[in-house]
Amino acid sequence: MLELSNVNAGYGAFQALFGLSMRVEAGEAVAVIGANGAGKTTLLRVISGLVPARGGEMTMEGRDLRLTPAHRIVEAGIAHVPESRRLFPRLSVEDNLRMGAFVPAARAKFAERLEYVYALFPRLKERRQQLAGTMSGGEQQMCAIGRALMSGPKLVLLDEPSMGLAPVIVAQVFDLVKRIRSEGYTVLIVEQNVAQVLKVADRAYLLEVGRIKASGRAGDLAASDEIRKAYMGL
Amino acid sequence: MDCHLDIFFLEALLNGLLLAGLLALLALGLNLVFGVIDVVWICYAELVMVGMYGVHYAYKGGLPFIVAAALGIVLVAVAAGLLHVLVIRPVLETAPINQLLVTGGVLFFLQAAATMAFGVEFKNIGISLGSLNVLDMSFSRARILSFVVALVGMLALWLFLTRTYMGTAIRAIAQDRQIMPLMGVDSRRIYLVTSAIGGGLAGLAAGLMVLNYDIYPQIGLQFGPLIFMICVLGGLGSMIGGFVAAFVISQFIAVGSSCFHTEWGYAVAFLFFMIAIFFRPQGLFGAKS
Amino acid sequence: MSAPRLSPAALAGLLAVALLPWAVRLFLGDSEKYYLHLLIQILLWSFIYTGWSLMGRFGLTSLGHGAFSGIGAYVTVLLWNFAGVSPWLGIPVAVVAATIVGVLVGYPCFRLRIAGHYFALMTLALTEFVRLCIVGLRDYTGGSLGTQPKRYGDGLSLYAMQFEPDRMLSFYVAFALWLFGLYVWRHVDRSMDRYALDAASQDEDAAASVGIDVTREKLKITALSAAMCALGGAVFGQYQMYIGPDTIAGLGTSLNIVFAVVAGGMWAMLGPTVGAVFTQLLSEGLRVVIQSSGILKSVLGSAALALDSAIYGLLLVLFIIYMPKGIVGTLLERRRQARPARVARAETPPA
Repeated sequence: MLELSNVNAGYGAFQALFGLSMRVEAGEAVAVIGANGAGKTTLLRVISGLVPARGGEMTMEGRDLRLTPAHRIVEAGIAHVPESRRLFPRLSVEDNLRMGAFVPAARAKFAERLEYVYALFPRLKERRQQLAGTMSGGEQQMCAIGRALMSGPKLVLLDEPSMGLAPVIVAQVFDLVKRIRSEGYTVLIVEQNVAQVLKVADRAYLLEVGRIKASGRAGDLAASDEIRKAYMGL
Repeated sequence: MDCHLDIFFLEALLNGLLLAGLLALLALGLNLVFGVIDVVWICYAELVMVGMYGVHYAYKGGLPFIVAAALGIVLVAVAAGLLHVLVIRPVLETAPINQLLVTGGVLFFLQAAATMAFGVEFKNIGISLGSLNVLDMSFSRARILSFVVALVGMLALWLFLTRTYMGTAIRAIAQDRQIMPLMGVDSRRIYLVTSAIGGGLAGLAAGLMVLNYDIYPQIGLQFGPLIFMICVLGGLGSMIGGFVAAFVISQFIAVGSSCFHTEWGYAVAFLFFMIAIFFRPQGLFGAKS
Repeated sequence: MSAPRLSPAALAGLLAVALLPWAVRLFLGDSEKYYLHLLIQILLWSFIYTGWSLMGRFGLTSLGHGAFSGIGAYVTVLLWNFAGVSPWLGIPVAVVAATIVGVLVGYPCFRLRIAGHYFALMTLALTEFVRLCIVGLRDYTGGSLGTQPKRYGDGLSLYAMQFEPDRMLSFYVAFALWLFGLYVWRHVDRSMDRYALDAASQDEDAAASVGIDVTREKLKITALSAAMCALGGAVFGQYQMYIGPDTIAGLGTSLNIVFAVVAGGMWAMLGPTVGAVFTQLLSEGLRVVIQSSGILKSVLGSAALALDSAIYGLLLVLFIIYMPKGIVGTLLERRRQARPARVARAETPPA
């Protein structure tokens, strides 16, 4: 479905990704793990066009993403739930969801998808008129995921969904991830909470300073001594 | 003149209320642009001036007034779009104050261009709607019409902002510009649309202004500072705030002008503004940052 | 403070400016008055622009300096016309008045951290307030038509500080003022306040955390800047022998000040002066070219009168878009960019 080969990227003189190649197949949940500053967030930002790739190839179902302007990437079936959620704090929950359905193709199905998201997250329906910025962290994460689903994506990019949340809520958020998986979405998730994310993912890539250091089935990586020591504190 | 609590005073108050509608409409366009793009168009009043000339000449050229006024809206909307693309967009990423100054250059240009094209004479469109007499008070019909149209214009904008995708995006982009591409939104297009709507509101105001005031190239300097003051007092970007501030300020002007000379009404309004800002720097309705 | 030491180049430059009127007399004898007038205008405005830049360089973009120059000019003239107070006393009173107004408006602004757009619009309101007061007091000020200081004798008087008929004298008055402005700039540039303000303009919290009293520093520079503009406005009125709300007060004056400084560059000592030279020559040049061109006049008719302002406005827009650091700032930057390259080349060991 999504395929990256030999992608470089960075900000100004700083290079964050070095010749990175990876793929995500339809129906998979793939995790990208690594330390702070390894380039995980940059990777997602490159895929959704917020940061331009400087070299290499990047395709989504055969469509060249590098030739697609950032605001057109959504139409290719990719929805990005950004780091720290980034809801529009002074818009209501429903208006946030409406923004998720901004692209013309999604507008036609707004009512239908709104029902779907509300069924998936009944809490959002209760709070539909509330300003998004006044909700709790876990509720905001629901809203951010709901907003991404409103565009009817095939692939959902999740950037650190557990960040800044209390431990109890973190467990709930990983439940959310499992639920959208079981709804049939393909998921690419970036996380620092390695132990948890490897339980939800099928496969994983380990990123170190902008390069892929290891990859494989999530269970295998979770069993690797090196990863257990360096990233799971065991 | 003396100030008494009598029917003339009530007349002044009510006239202030009517003036407020027009001022609120004028402030609305500027407020929208500031709130969304974070740019202050110092030349905003000059855009209104361009619209006034447009309506004036369209009407004198034989078009019915309502068509001329509609043309004025389109004219200023296009002018504002051009302003955004040609002048604002190149400096959007630089120091905010550059954006304010660059539109100051446009102010000089538009004033001079209007002088060249239309001369320095005062021009009157020559439509008199007469006045309405209630009890012993007299109200200009043009002003009443302005008040009603201004209210309708503001209501229309509110509906647009809350009921449409484009309107929601305009409110959203003011809160988080960076992630707009993730929603499939082209920020450049939203900014352009916002500028054009801001211009359209200025154009609508222009159509009402020509019924109330004579036109001359420097007219922008007469009411431009007043509009900025209303926006800041209401809290830049807050439309309800701008609305309330317009009412407060217009009362100062109307009552001050009826009791003393016109300038003193304005001067007191500016003084009140400065003092009010010292107590509420974010404006009456601005979000506390 | 030690006596300012000047480089030979700076001395030569000052001498050249000081001798300019004699060069004018020598080579342009016929229209000596006109050219001297131009030079005087440039020097007087340079002084006002320099005063503005004292604040502007620290990110305090004021649109209120039209108010200060207006207060300077009007207080001085009104005291002379209606109370017979000599400008020798009137100007200090005017300067103090403008300073007090500056501090009164500045203090709450700085305490409340009103900055950027808000500061510009606040100060714009001040300008408008002062203009409205001037117009409103039309029995004394002549309203929007402006007024003149009463001539004392033949118009040349030390007591009345009137020197307009003697252009040579006027030039040296303006020259002295200009020098004083540069001296103040240099003094500020080398003071501790400058570092404090630089720090505050970049990060107010960080500056406060290292013990800088940000409000106090900003107030000091505002007071100084307002005082200079008031002094400049007062002397301008004495030279022009006419003051009007549109020539020395009001939003137009405020904007002209800011634009000239933006064009010249506000971060270098001579930036405002270059801005004054540039804007005065530009508007004067455009005016002369347009009015002496038969073709333009016949095509445009009386509209030609506004063509120079139209071009002026357009140039300002282009300046801010393409040269936001101003003429002097851009030149200095070019030189800085060129220099390390040369050093690097010199340090490369010969093969």
